Parts: sequence; C-alpha cells; structure tokens
Amino acid sequence: MDYLDELENEAIYIMREVAAQFDKPVLLFSGGKDSITLVHLAIKAFYPAKVPFPLMHVDTGHNFPETIEFRDQLVEKYGLNLHVEYVQDAIDNNLVQEESGRYASRNALQTVSLLNGIEKHGFNACIGGARRDEEKARAKERVFSVRDDFGQWNAKNQRPELFDILNGRIDQGENVRAFPISNWTELDVWNYIKRENIELPSVYFAHQRKVFLRDGLIWSDSEYINKDANEEVIEKTVRFRTVGDMTCTAAVESDAADIDSVIGEIVAAEISERGARIDDKRSEAAMEKRKEVGYF
Amino acid sequence: MNILRISTAGSVDDGKSTLIGRLLYDTKSLSKDKIENIENLSKQRGLEDIDLSLITDGLTAEREQGITIDVAHIYFNTPNRKYIVADTPGHVEYTRNMITGASNASVFLILIDARNGIIEQTKRHLFIASLMEIQNIVFVINKMDLVDYEESVYLKIRGEITKLQEKFNLEDRNLTFIPVSAKVGDNVVKRSAATKWFDGPTLLDYLETVDEAKDTTGFRFNVQYVIRPQSDEFHDFRGYAGKVKSGTVKVGDTVKVLSSGQSSKVKAINRYKDKLTHAKQGDSITLELEDDIDISRGDILIPGSEVLEGVKALNSKLCWLGKDDLVPQKRYLLQYGSATVPVKIAAVKSQLDFDTLSFEPNPEAVKVNSINNIDIKSASPLYLDKYKDNPENGYFILVDEVSNATVAVGFNQ
Ligand SMILES: Nc1nc2c(ncn2[C@@H]2O[C@H](COP(=O)(O)OP(=O)(O)OP(=O)(O)O)[C@@H](O)[C@H]2O)c(=O)[nH]1
Ligand SMILES: [Mg+2]
Repeated sequence: MDYLDELENEAIYIMREVAAQFDKPVLLFSGGKDSITLVHLAIKAFYPAKVPFPLMHVDTGHNFPETIEFRDQLVEKYGLNLHVEYVQDAIDNNLVQEESGRYASRNALQTVSLLNGIEKHGFNACIGGARRDEEKARAKERVFSVRDDFGQWNAKNQRPELFDILNGRIDQGENVRAFPISNWTELDVWNYIKRENIELPSVYFAHQRKVFLRDGLIWSDSEYINKDANEEVIEKTVRFRTVGDMTCTAAVESDAADIDSVIGEIVAAEISERGARIDDKRSEAAMEKRKEVGYF
Repeated sequence: MNILRISTAGSVDDGKSTLIGRLLYDTKSLSKDKIENIENLSKQRGLEDIDLSLITDGLTAEREQGITIDVAHIYFNTPNRKYIVADTPGHVEYTRNMITGASNASVFLILIDARNGIIEQTKRHLFIASLMEIQNIVFVINKMDLVDYEESVYLKIRGEITKLQEKFNLEDRNLTFIPVSAKVGDNVVKRSAATKWFDGPTLLDYLETVDEAKDTTGFRFNVQYVIRPQSDEFHDFRGYAGKVKSGTVKVGDTVKVLSSGQSSKVKAINRYKDKLTHAKQGDSITLELEDDIDISRGDILIPGSEVLEGVKALNSKLCWLGKDDLVPQKRYLLQYGSATVPVKIAAVKSQLDFDTLSFEPNPEAVKVNSINNIDIKSASPLYLDKYKDNPENGYFILVDEVSNATVAVGFNQ
C-alpha cells in the first residue's frame, strides 16, 4: 500500500473512533498546515455527512492576519462550526498575566484559554494535529492521551495502547487528546497536501515581508513584538515552515512560491521544523513542561 | 514507497536507544540542530563521544536516569521505505510500554549485550514476539566492540537462540542474527571491517529488503460509525464507516452481519467521493449495502459464506499490564474491534514461569507483566477469530471499569 494511503487510513480510523467514543469532541484548530490537514481528513472521514464536531481556535490576538482570513473561509466553505476562545478575555479577567520584555509572547498563555474553552463547552475529546516527529516529548505521546481535570499530561504513567485499539474511557472532568496524524512527518504532511490539493494560507509560501533578525532567527516585524532600538527592520523574501502566532514562529528565507519548491526545500533542509519555533528555545524541556500543564 | 514498522526489544542497557540513534545518525536523518543539541548535552555530561540514546530518550526523567521509560516513536526514510520505529524500554517495570511499541511492529529488533548473552528479559521479549506472531525477528548482538569483535561470542549466542527456537514455537519465523556495535557504528548502516567473518546483511540492508506484507485471510470489517447525512442531497444515504481488518471485499459480495446474522450485498464502497470496486486490508472506507438491515457500531461484517461462531466463553493468553493485580470474579470490559463487552475472568489456569519457560498451573496472583492462560466468560457473544488464524480479529484488551485503565492485552486461542 502506498504510504500516504496508509497514513490517511490510519488518521481516518482515529477520527471515527473519536466521533464514536465521545459525545463532545472538538477539533483544535490552530490555523497551521497540520490542523488544516486534520480538517481535510475529517471531511473525508464522514462524507457525505458533515463533520460531526466543531472546531475550536484559541486566538492569541497575535495571529498572522492571513491565517484568520483563511480560517473563516474554510469554515464557510465546508459548513463547519467554529468556537473561538480569546486569550485577551483571559487577560482581561486576570486569569493570566501578559508577559513583558523582548521575548513576551502569548503562546504560553494559550493553555489557560484552551482549558477554559474545554470546560465551558464540556468537550471531552480534543483532536489535535500534533505529530510525534516534531519534538522529543511529542515522540512519547499516545494516540489517545488522557489528561486530568487540570489538563495535565502524566508522561510517566500513560495507558498502554495496543494494536489499533483506542481506549477512550475517562471520568467526568477528564479529557482525551487525540492525535490522528501522530505518525506523519513534516514531509508526509506536505506530500499529502500536494496530493490532495489542499489549500493553505499564503504565509506558507515565499513572500516579501518586513522582518528583523534576533538570535539568528528571522522574526516577523509586528506591533506585538517588543523590538530593541538597534533591531533594524529589513525586507526579505521568506516563508513560514510552521505557523503559531507571530511572536513564536520565525520565518525562513526562501524563494519557494509553490508546493513543489516547498517540498524540495524541506527535503534539502538541514534544520528541523521546530528549529524555527521560538517557544521551544526557552529551555531543553520546554515542550514537555508545557504539555504537563495542559498544552497540546 | 511503503511503510515498515519496527520495534526494539531487549533488556535494560543492551543499547536499544543507542542503536536507533545510530540508525538515524548514519542514514543522515537527523537535522543539524538536533545533532548540535545532543552533542552539547553529551559534552555537558563529560562524555567523549555523543550519546546517541539522547535522540529517543526525550523525557527529563529518562535523561536523568539514563534509561528509556516510555516508547518513543521515531521516523526516517530511505528512497525505498518510510520507517516507523518504536524504541521501547527494556526495564521490566515498563514492559507494558514495551508491548505498546511492539504491538504494531512487523519487525522486532531484539538487542542482546554480547557480554551478557541471553538473560531473562531477552527470553521474556522473545516470548512476547512469539505470542504476537511477529514474523520477522532480528537478534542484534550489540557491543561487539567490548568483546573484541570475537566471532565465537556471536556464534555462541546464536547457538543458544537456535535452541530456544523450538521451545518458543518460532520454527516458522524469519530469524536473522547481526553482530553490531551501536556505539561505534559497526554493521548498522556501514559494514564493519572488524567483523570480516560475518557475511550477513547490515541492519539497514536487512530492513530495506525484508518483506512486510501481511498475509490477508478472510474478510473482516469493523463498523465504527454509521453515517446518516440526512441532507436533501443524500436523504436516504446510510453508510457504514469502518476499517477492513483483513481480507478484501468487492462490490456485489454477499456479507453477513455479526451479531444479527443477517446478510446483504455490498452496493457501494466509498472512499470520500470515490466509488471503489474493491477494498483491502487496512482501508478505511464507507460501505453501502443493498438492504436496510440493522447494523451499528461494534458489528463485524464477514463473507456471507463464512461462519464465525459467537462464543460466551473463551480461552486466551493474557499479558497483564495493570498496576493492580487481576481480581477474579470482578467485571472487566473487553474491547475488540469496535465492540466493548463486559466480561469476567472465569479461571486463571496457568502462568508463564520465565525460568522454566513453561506454563505452571494455579498461580498465586496475576501481577503486572505476567503472562497467563485464562478463561473468560461473557454475557453476550464475542466474535473473535483465533489469533493464530487471523491475528487482526484475534486480539483484545481488558479495561478496568473503575479506573478506566487498560489492564491487559489478550490473544484468543
Ligand atoms: N561499548 C558500547 N557501549 C554501548 C553500545 N551500545 C550502547 N552502549 C552503551 O550502553 C548504555 C545503554 O545504552 P542505551 O541505548 O541507553 O540502552 P537501552 O537498551 O536503550 O536501555 P533502556 O531503554 O533503558 O532499556 C549506554 O551507556 C550506551 O552508550 C555499544 O555498541 N558499545
Ligand atoms: Mg532505551
């Protein structure tokens, strides 16, 4: 069997298990290519019926405008149901405190809004686009990952997961994070996007952008990032390999304006995808720590 | 390009994680930033060479203790294949995590420390390989650098395993032996000059050519979800979404529904908007049938001509994975395919003794990581195949109703 068919089969199988085992599932939509791929898979899994669960986007308020626009079009086109949870609300309600300084980001604050959204709507299964090849703590994830009342991940005590059997039984208040594209690599996702002709926000392809350099990474110039006086804004042709919000994703210099050239660049790349994630650079175990407190 | 799923096995410190790290390193599958990262960590720890196990041992606790605690899934590919590697822990305490990694593998790499040879944990893992009907088993005899690359050491271990082959019912399996040094890089990707006496394949050569195809037996289809759009365009549409667990199905085939026993013909095989003429093992599809018969999640479709008797009593091999011991007469939930059924353990007949490698009757308790021969009784019929005849419809898990934990995996006999 072709490997993309095999990966698609597995992802669709997992989606259907979620829809069957839980009464309140939700798809966590970040606006990035992985969650766009998830939406595509969900549409395929339940066709000709509509996707039987809503999407939830945790909006930091610091998104690339292109991804928000794209999100709204996608929702419109497929008749999806979207909930948006605003980090700004959590800040206004004093649930979290805005970070300060030059590395200030709302990325870590997202977790609180995510957990609030889950609680408010009573979601008991959250489908996420995390992939095991992204990061060393994610390499340890199960397909169904149980989180306690506080959304915490207990890495040292995960349920065994045998063959393709997914045990989604949980207590009230707990929830499961389900990862249908666990076994996909970055390149697999791109090859699948190409094969299926999946549309993506324009930030994934080469474009002119105002940027500045910091710590060897290319940062997008925006009002949300506190620049030093000596950080000079220049114009470059760039694209994004991974898209979180503007404060935590760095650009790469690139001329790849179409999918074939993007795939060519990824094959040749010496640096990993997460090498451009500012949020992972905070410490060696940054991802593991965020996951322990409820990040996905 | 196809996918090959591999799992490591073997005792603590035999070098599983180092081997996988080496495989990734020598196939140039690691990005520059990841290599720099583990180089720096290795330096910080005062090591002379880079510690390749850090590639898969990613949790803080694992790095502190220098052991693997939970399975890591790692990916790499060659022009030929996409590899999904489960690097599993060797520690007895984490056998449950090892089984998690092993259950989806079609190739098993059992590591052996050349200095120690076969030890209890090697045998335990070999038994698990036997139980799971894993077709391809590679004995990776590691740390050859520490025994001066002596052929006699390799031959001795190989001889001992060959003797065990019969005991473990492994005569029909594809067994391979490769002497390596994961640390130095001998015979993993690069052929070693230090083992001129060895004329077998390197590990990568083996993986590139091993046959992963599973033989598919009778058609089994698990209904996961019933699709009823109730839209104007698809007003009367009723589709059964699920996975072909084994065999194939064509449009026009007569299929029988378990549990009801009713039959109908396949009207359409849908994969999104595509109408297929047939589907095969592993396919996630949506079936439409000619007749409106009662079908719901948990049902299994099989060929109309086949008989698969529902049983309320079954005998199986059971690996206990729960932290708490099995409680006889307690209700557990048995999950197989897309069905969940309450069951009780009727009898624990015997338990595997890892010294004698035979099943001893009347065990005192069923503890975590033990392998047992048990009888299960169920209130409603179970439609399982014998694992040996059709593994895809022959395994199940037990779930504790109170803690919700997955406490056992079973193989129907
Ligand atoms: N000399 C030598 N040392 C090795 C070799 N392979 C592994 N080691 C060392 O053996 C120790 C254990 O290696 P790991 O790869 O962590 O062992 P493991 O089998 O993954 O251990 P667990 O996952 O905890 O069961 C480390 O110190 C390695 O550097 C080898 O081929 N030669
Ligand atoms: Mg290890």
